[in-house]
Amino acid sequence: MEGIKDRIFRFLIFLCASTVILIAAGMCITLFINSLPVLKHMGVSFILSSDWDPVNNKFGILPFLVGTLITSFLSLLISLPFSISTAILLGEYLRKGRMAIFLQNIIDLMAGIPSVIYGFWGLLVLVPIVQKVEIKLNIIPYGVGIFTASIVLATMVIPYTASIAREVISLVPDDLREAGYALGATRWEVIRCIVIPHAKTGIFAGVLLAFGRAIGETMAVTMIIGNRNQIPKSIFAPANTMASAIANQFTEATSDIYVSALIGVGLVLFMVTVIINYAGRYIIKRLEIK
Amino acid sequence: MKKRLVIDKVLFSLIILFSFITIMPLFLILVYIIKEGIGIVNWNFLTGLPKPVGESGGGIFNAILGTAIICLMAFFMAVPIGVGAGIYLSEKKEGRFVELVRICIDILQSAPSIVLGIIAYLWLVKPMKAFSAFSGSVALAIMMLPVVVYNTEESLKIIPYSLREAAFALGVPYYKVILKVVIPSGLSGIITGILIGISRIAGETAPLLFTAFGSPHVNLNPLKPMASLPLLIFNYALSPYPEWIKQAWGASVILCFMIFLLNLLSRIGTKRWKVTL
Repeated sequence: MEGIKDRIFRFLIFLCASTVILIAAGMCITLFINSLPVLKHMGVSFILSSDWDPVNNKFGILPFLVGTLITSFLSLLISLPFSISTAILLGEYLRKGRMAIFLQNIIDLMAGIPSVIYGFWGLLVLVPIVQKVEIKLNIIPYGVGIFTASIVLATMVIPYTASIAREVISLVPDDLREAGYALGATRWEVIRCIVIPHAKTGIFAGVLLAFGRAIGETMAVTMIIGNRNQIPKSIFAPANTMASAIANQFTEATSDIYVSALIGVGLVLFMVTVIINYAGRYIIKRLEIK
Repeated sequence: MKKRLVIDKVLFSLIILFSFITIMPLFLILVYIIKEGIGIVNWNFLTGLPKPVGESGGGIFNAILGTAIICLMAFFMAVPIGVGAGIYLSEKKEGRFVELVRICIDILQSAPSIVLGIIAYLWLVKPMKAFSAFSGSVALAIMMLPVVVYNTEESLKIIPYSLREAAFALGVPYYKVILKVVIPSGLSGIITGILIGISRIAGETAPLLFTAFGSPHVNLNPLKPMASLPLLIFNYALSPYPEWIKQAWGASVILCFMIFLLNLLSRIGTKRWKVTL
């Protein structure tokens, strides 16, 4: 027989769990309802049109979609060699010891630096350097733009891929490694032919999660991408990602339809990140069961 | 034969080199921040208020206080709900409702911070027709919530069931078993989770852009706009005044220091409690 206090306690923790659901559901519904005006106004061309012209009430988010995808892909491409190397070093060569703990702590600290500080540093240190490079290459020296943003983003997502990849690499059974060594394989051959193939799904999941981070990252990108609402013509051109468009324009948006359009951008951004994250987590969960 | 060994060596060196380059940015950024910012950090900087453009000096006390207040409010919202939901998940373990809760936590976890800003704007700023510190804390609390839930659940899941059975056998009621036996055993994990959550939100700017908004004054009223360190860095960094940019570096030093301190605390916490567990 349960006492009244037990019932109250059970009800309270149930209430907490329900609150989580309410918040998540409320978020989805709020975003959807508030972007309805622009969806009605623009129809399919909200996603397909590349014409973002708030003055004339034209809202096509294609430039932001393209900007987001290019920046995120580029940053992943830049970060991949580094994060995988770090993961191999930590998961294979340095599995214990002071050096490993030190390196892991450094990686964790990198994940802890606030986005706005990455952006600030990028703006004042990296942008002038990129500008000089651009002058040498004979292109318009904006300094800010997709390329600069991708470098900073790459620095920011390395810790995520590296930590997950490291975890997966150290999950590879030692029997397999030893079998490789017994056949006379060198360390690199064991890594390339045994460890990486065995861990590749997990590494892919780590990359997906990093991709999700890169897409949703706001402040650093906002500060160095250049804030231009057109489809970028080169990787050195200024652009806007979905997140930076919202951050740059939300407080300036005067008309209701403009606000609704930015909320619509938020809705698309939200859906994309949720789907990518879900895929990444799904893969990781399945690996753990194995 | 020799060639294989050479390849092995070469690739090992490459891995070392790439890993070295990986951690370079951290040092580059830290060194640069400290070089530019440490000179300005003094007592007046920490306790003073911003001065109008053109006047030298001035401090960031309002921003430090604002960050503390906003994070504290987020803490008081996220921790009870998060710990409660974590207990629920670790108790029920499976079922349709539990699955739904888990999916919702994943959704909250993956929501970009700027979207949380929009949500808090729509839920609180728009109906109340004013930017407020409270709305910013709500956005940050939503951000912190999944971290708290996840860590609570994980640390309570590993408490051996025999511990509870022992308590039940003594005739202790269910709620007391949870509150007095299970939670204390898993406290290290819960506290670590909370600390990780706070360090995750303390440096956030995006959710505050159109909620807390920022303010040049000391403000203790949560229903009014409030300054915060990350917001101040953002606004000063994009300003054309060298004096403000210097102050932004100083504020960056303080913010980094705060966040590293939180990280350190959570680490010490885990280490210490792991021993006693």
